[in-house]
Amino acid sequence: MGLHRHAGLWLLVSAMLLCCVSPLKAELKNSQHDSHSNSNITGISIVSFKWEHVKAPYIVAVWVLVCFLCKLVIEANHHVTSIIPESALLICAGFILGGIIWGADHQQTFSLTPVVFFYYLLPPIIVDSGYHMPNKLFFSNLGAILVHAIIGTCWNAATLGLSLWGCQKGGAMGDLDIGLLQYLLFGSLIAAVDPVAVLAVFEQVHVNDVLFILVFGESLLNDGVTVVLFNVFDAFVTLGGAQIDAVEIIKGIISFFVVAFGGSLLGMVFGILMCFLTRCTKNIEIIEPGFIFVVGYLSYLTAEMLSLSAILSCVFCGVCCQKYINANMNENSVKTVKYVMKVLANGSETMIFVFLGISAIDKTIWVWNTGFILLTLLFIFVYRFIGVFLLTWPLNRYRLVPLEFIDQLIMGFGGLRGAVAYGLAVMMDEKKIKEKNLMVSTTLIVVFFTVIIQGILMKPVVTWLKVKRATLHDLTLIEKVQNRVFEHMLVAVEDISGQIGHNYFRDKWKNFEEKWMMWMLMKPSARKTQDHVFSVFHQLNLKDAVEYVTEGERSGSLEFIRNDSVLIDFKKKLGDDMLEAMPDVTADTSFDQGIMLPFRRDPVPSVSLEMHEQTMNGLREMEDLNSHHLLQEHLYKGRKQHRHRFSRNHLSINTDEDEVQEIFQRTMRKRLESFKSAKMGMALPKTISKHTKKEQQKTPNGKNRISVDEDYEFSEADSASGYDPSFTYRAGGGIENPAFMADLDPVVPLQIPPWLAEAELDSGGVAPSQRAQARPPLTAGDLRRLAPLRISTQSTDSFMMADIPDAEQRRDSFDLPPPPPPPP
Amino acid sequence: LSFLECSWRFCGRFKALWMKAALPDFKIRELTENPIGGRIIAAFFPPEKERLDFPSFVRILAHFRPIGKNRSRDRAQPEQANSRTGKLKFAFELYDQDRDGKISREELLQVLRAMLGLQVTEEQLRSIAERAIQEADLDGDGAISFDEFKKSLEKVDMEHKMNIRFLK
Repeated sequence: MGLHRHAGLWLLVSAMLLCCVSPLKAELKNSQHDSHSNSNITGISIVSFKWEHVKAPYIVAVWVLVCFLCKLVIEANHHVTSIIPESALLICAGFILGGIIWGADHQQTFSLTPVVFFYYLLPPIIVDSGYHMPNKLFFSNLGAILVHAIIGTCWNAATLGLSLWGCQKGGAMGDLDIGLLQYLLFGSLIAAVDPVAVLAVFEQVHVNDVLFILVFGESLLNDGVTVVLFNVFDAFVTLGGAQIDAVEIIKGIISFFVVAFGGSLLGMVFGILMCFLTRCTKNIEIIEPGFIFVVGYLSYLTAEMLSLSAILSCVFCGVCCQKYINANMNENSVKTVKYVMKVLANGSETMIFVFLGISAIDKTIWVWNTGFILLTLLFIFVYRFIGVFLLTWPLNRYRLVPLEFIDQLIMGFGGLRGAVAYGLAVMMDEKKIKEKNLMVSTTLIVVFFTVIIQGILMKPVVTWLKVKRATLHDLTLIEKVQNRVFEHMLVAVEDISGQIGHNYFRDKWKNFEEKWMMWMLMKPSARKTQDHVFSVFHQLNLKDAVEYVTEGERSGSLEFIRNDSVLIDFKKKLGDDMLEAMPDVTADTSFDQGIMLPFRRDPVPSVSLEMHEQTMNGLREMEDLNSHHLLQEHLYKGRKQHRHRFSRNHLSINTDEDEVQEIFQRTMRKRLESFKSAKMGMALPKTISKHTKKEQQKTPNGKNRISVDEDYEFSEADSASGYDPSFTYRAGGGIENPAFMADLDPVVPLQIPPWLAEAELDSGGVAPSQRAQARPPLTAGDLRRLAPLRISTQSTDSFMMADIPDAEQRRDSFDLPPPPPPPP
Repeated sequence: LSFLECSWRFCGRFKALWMKAALPDFKIRELTENPIGGRIIAAFFPPEKERLDFPSFVRILAHFRPIGKNRSRDRAQPEQANSRTGKLKFAFELYDQDRDGKISREELLQVLRAMLGLQVTEEQLRSIAERAIQEADLDGDGAISFDEFKKSLEKVDMEHKMNIRFLK
């Protein structure tokens, strides 16, 4: 509520600023001249008010600021935004601002001009939607989308124009000087579903994917039709009715194909250009994102220049290149592109709606003809529904999963008109079309009606009709693998039955892509890491690591990391190597939580650096090895063969470990090694216990073996270098202590043998002595301590007893040959 | 269209094709390029039989029909081939070659190896298999039973994944 007050104040202030600006403009024009002439006479002015110099950029910047402030105010209260969509509220804010300006200026100095709209505000939104388009969904439903976009829009335009003309003939609208062609022109500009409005409204509703892509795809692709229809009818209106003959009509139809396909092809060309560019930009990664934006914008402008469909061009540019760009570019660049695009798109959308509101507050454009306006609204609504039902009926015959009646209702209801219609209306020539103002007013009313009223009603209608909603969840590995299996299955069955179906084409495309496209368009390094399942695996592991760290941080126990001197080197070395060696897998799983590994933190204060320097000598070698081993462990490629040999033998024994534990152990070990004198905080095992318990309950299946093997391997290598191995597995042992899982923290230190106590918090002083004790290299006996910890997770008693029989088994396993040399 | 009508309609074409498919050295070229082609062929053959008769063939293809909705008699037969369970069972059996009712780590590894083979190293494959089993395995036996398999795929939209158009 406090925010409310402040936000309102800001808004008022900015509005005041605005209306001060405009009258000031006029005054300053004069005063500037004066000051110029004056300055020659009176001497040097110490400061001067250089309004004219900064006028244009200043106004633009202030407007952008004001629009964003509006958004800030609106988003302050979630209750309101959950009922009324943000776009509606923005339009209302535009009304208010328009009113203020009108009051100050008595004319509407700022309105949504077609130039600003079509060249500056619309492109970011379209580029963003193209780049983030869900390709698979889009292309599977492409047939339905195209049918609705082309035939649906034509139907809407024709029926609307004809009905309105019919009504005029019937006298329902009074005396209007509009011919049939002009009605058709009006119909064509108001018929198109608007992508901006659809995005704005559907974004908050979260309907199921198929429904969304149908409406959204239609809104994007119908631009081809809209542009053609508008230009054709505009030309017809100019030519006059007499000169329209078959030739002209045929030319119109041909122009449709040229515009639509030309626009798409142009977009694809730019998309491929983008891919090539990103393929070669390894050395200038810092401005890689810039290429994307510039080329995307160029695709829009070039299509405009060639009078092709600019929206189609942008969309296909984004659609074609997204996969390759995301693979080619640096991870950071991909994130940058994604976020900057979202900022630009959101900002543009905000500005469009605010300006729409402002433009409405202009007495000069308003012509009110009740009949015209009401009939338009009615016809738009009715014909949309009729059109959707008529088109979906034959489509359902050919669709794999037919569209239900309820989905069709929502599709009809989602036919929102928006700023594109308004922009086109304003572009009409007044001399040719006498009733331009009426049309502009009607367009505005239609836009407001659909965005505000339909926007408000959308959510309740969707809930009331129980439309299937979108399910957002991260894919597990099984699901990813299974999806692949399904795909192959379907291809196989289609092959068997000799049918050429969807999957056949998809498979053929995949093969083609793998052979040619990837070779051409993707960097060699990116090509290798294209596998879906592996990327999901990678993401899941990173997610676990991040979860572990955030959990630890929440409990404040990872504080010592920041004081840890040795970690500096780890960070640097790991950081660089990670970037190279880790596959750049990003877009597929769109993992937003941030791929920040624990060590990529704020730099350590310099005090620790000095400490670090002093103790470095003895630790340098060990450190390198540690980082080396850490690299090997973090990068799952480094798994050694013998570990898995272990795992197969001891699969049945180990139960309750899992991947997260593994990451725990490794990171814990890393920290403990470098930890010479400080005591471990009490909080640490508690954190671990919480986490492990959580993990335990989730996935009781064990991965112990691998962790043990890691310890073994790690320690072995360390002992080889003369470093004390005890830390490593002891630390691991401490973590693995089943007593933790049973949550017997206070009891545990008593029951656990002293050599394991170091991992417990209160006996931090044991650490040095452990070093003394554990000089000799790893023996089976030592490992025995380690192993049983993981086995028995029930209680410390069983842990003690489990020690002995398992030791027998362990001994056998650990009599295996010493670890083989690292894999090639 | 009832199932039998459907099968009768495509009888001719299918008969030619299943003769092709029934040969052990699958003559359909594309299937050799399919990573799980062999398994799918094997799935058509009833256990321990070397020949495939037409009804069995059609029965397997029935798994790929879209899930029917308005047929009351479906409720009486829980194991309808094109029900969600039926489809999942078919998918399950692709993994579970030894028909012991569980997907063991080895079986999962084989499928993964077939599908991911070239780019991914052996260790990575094993980790992936390990992780996949961990995620799905609820009773902790190290293998995935049919129920666990079903549960882990409960959010997957089977209608889009396992339907073939011609079988509508």
